[in-house]
Amino acid sequence: MPSTSLEAQPASRNGTALLSLDDVSIQFGGLKALDGVSFDVREGEILGLIGPNGAGKTTCFNVMTGVYQPTSGEVRFAGEPLGKRKRFAITRLGIARTFQNIRLFGNMTALENVLVGADAHHRTNVIDALVRSPRHRREEREGEETAREVMKFLGLERRADELARNLSYGEQRRLEIARAMATKPRLLCLDEPAAGFNPAEKAQLMDLIRRIRDRGLTVLLIEHDMGLVMGVSDRVAVLEFGRKIAEGAPADVRNDPAVIAAYLGTEADDAEDFDQEGDL
Amino acid sequence: MTEGKASPDTESGPARSMAWGPRLGWDRGALARRVGALPRPVKWALIGLFVLFLYALPLLEIPILSTPDTDFGAVLFTVASYVLVALGLNIVLGYAGLLDLGYVGFYAIGAYTVAVFGSLQAQLSWWVLIPLAVFLTTISGILLGAPTLRVRGDYLAIVTLGFGEIIRLTALNTEWLGAAKGITGVPRPPSVELFEIPHLQWEGATAVVDLDDTTTFLFFGVADQAPYYWLMLTVIFLVLGADRMLRLSRIGRAWEATREDEDAAELMGVPTFKFKLLAFACGAFIGGLSGALFASRQGFINPESFLLLLSILFVAAVVVGGAGNRYGVILGAIVVGYLPERFRGFEEWRLLVFGLALLVLANFRPQGLIPPRRAKRAQAVDEQLEALEEGTARA
Repeated sequence: MPSTSLEAQPASRNGTALLSLDDVSIQFGGLKALDGVSFDVREGEILGLIGPNGAGKTTCFNVMTGVYQPTSGEVRFAGEPLGKRKRFAITRLGIARTFQNIRLFGNMTALENVLVGADAHHRTNVIDALVRSPRHRREEREGEETAREVMKFLGLERRADELARNLSYGEQRRLEIARAMATKPRLLCLDEPAAGFNPAEKAQLMDLIRRIRDRGLTVLLIEHDMGLVMGVSDRVAVLEFGRKIAEGAPADVRNDPAVIAAYLGTEADDAEDFDQEGDL
Repeated sequence: MTEGKASPDTESGPARSMAWGPRLGWDRGALARRVGALPRPVKWALIGLFVLFLYALPLLEIPILSTPDTDFGAVLFTVASYVLVALGLNIVLGYAGLLDLGYVGFYAIGAYTVAVFGSLQAQLSWWVLIPLAVFLTTISGILLGAPTLRVRGDYLAIVTLGFGEIIRLTALNTEWLGAAKGITGVPRPPSVELFEIPHLQWEGATAVVDLDDTTTFLFFGVADQAPYYWLMLTVIFLVLGADRMLRLSRIGRAWEATREDEDAAELMGVPTFKFKLLAFACGAFIGGLSGALFASRQGFINPESFLLLLSILFVAAVVVGGAGNRYGVILGAIVVGYLPERFRGFEEWRLLVFGLALLVLANFRPQGLIPPRRAKRAQAVDEQLEALEEGTARA
């Protein structure tokens, strides 16, 4: 397998493994959604996770964020097994994500959405809120600072008081990223952030993803758009039918015969851009 | 972030008043704007006067408001207890989005605690009974919530519906709890007789102070119900303040996020189960408190006081008023509690009229009489979009 030789190669930004999937399998009834998948997301890199529809990319996300428990195998974050941690606890640990289908809190304002993310590390309880304790006031102030800073970073500062559902599609996608970033993650998982974007918006998104990485975050990116993934990722991992078939630098993966056969070599390459539905 | 800050630019647009004004010929936006624009001292003075007016209501005996067939103070107390219950249910249903069809169960536990430990089985002091009732109800809310809040939507509604009935049937079939005959001699709040306050008497449009008709401040008796109303009103103001503090905090946001998208909330670091349980506990706290106050005014309770219909009326009050808006649910509770008392003459038509009113409301104000800010804004935007699509957009 060419993938094994590629795996050993150093990435452009070589760091220690922040998140490791170790022989992870997950089974839904008779369907093996993931079958012995192992890969590392290294500290400070942008890792692209690609594969045809139904390959198990989103399932991978769901295993990492505690939505599903792996049937076998283990996920480790910063060396620590995730085990049976609850989803909110994994978020507090430092993994944040966006959703393939936008899942904002539609009837809350953009700022409130981001504040919910910032609240992930807050401890204010009923008594604090009732008597407006120093902790409540400090956390409200800090939360709002974090939220406004992140929104500014994503160019949403002027939309703060708008209801999330009234934002434009592109703004909603960015608001999801803002909300995830407000949880102060070490690893940010983006699930098809470019879905439905035009080429100009995709170029902006690539720039944004790089800027997120430059803030010190590690980025895991699921994307259908080959140009975007190949252009922005330091390394790429390829899934097909729940198995990892290749991993390595974009140029190497592009020329990998297994990948070409599975995915890139077909004319579907461009057609994939318009195909966002149907994945897990 | 505060509701006050958000209102000026959202409620002042001409599109909004155009959209909402003609419907019922009543534009709350305009009123809120005018009050909001007043200088601070004037605003506080107005609010103070309004609060004073609310306290003075049973003394003023205003002809069109007063109920001809029943004691007005008693009606005011009933309405006020609906308001308190609606505020509690609003936390569960309006903020956290949990459909609780057995809310009367908490009301009953509060009332029965006071009755059982104040009269039937023990003779504890009223000052001990109220905290005890609230404590036991909150515990029961947590005990009910812990297993049931893992189910969602329709299932939660069914389970809570069952809870309300179980409480009533348990009371009905347990001798220790008074069974069907109920419990008499429930302790009343301790009285401190300080002074007499005269009522007004109206002759046409002129009011005369009627020195023969007075209320003793503060005597909790059987005949004059005004002091109970004052007590309830005070509790409502306290709950309103607490409600606002919780709403504008991490806790309120977590409730709303859970209501909007539970999975997304959980993945953004909100322990949704814990917050749903908290909403249930807060709701139970307030429900139990109003039940306890109800029992200590009534002096007598039996299982008939806690029928399923009451749960449905509570939900109706919240939904009619506008779930998620505390002033909306207050108005809803007033509508549900006061109108049937005011128009007792039409009693046999009550349910028919009520059904018709709900139909009309569902049609014209689906988000409630005073919808929460979010629903109003969303509706305004939807209407603007509609207008644009029809090509009838105003310049």
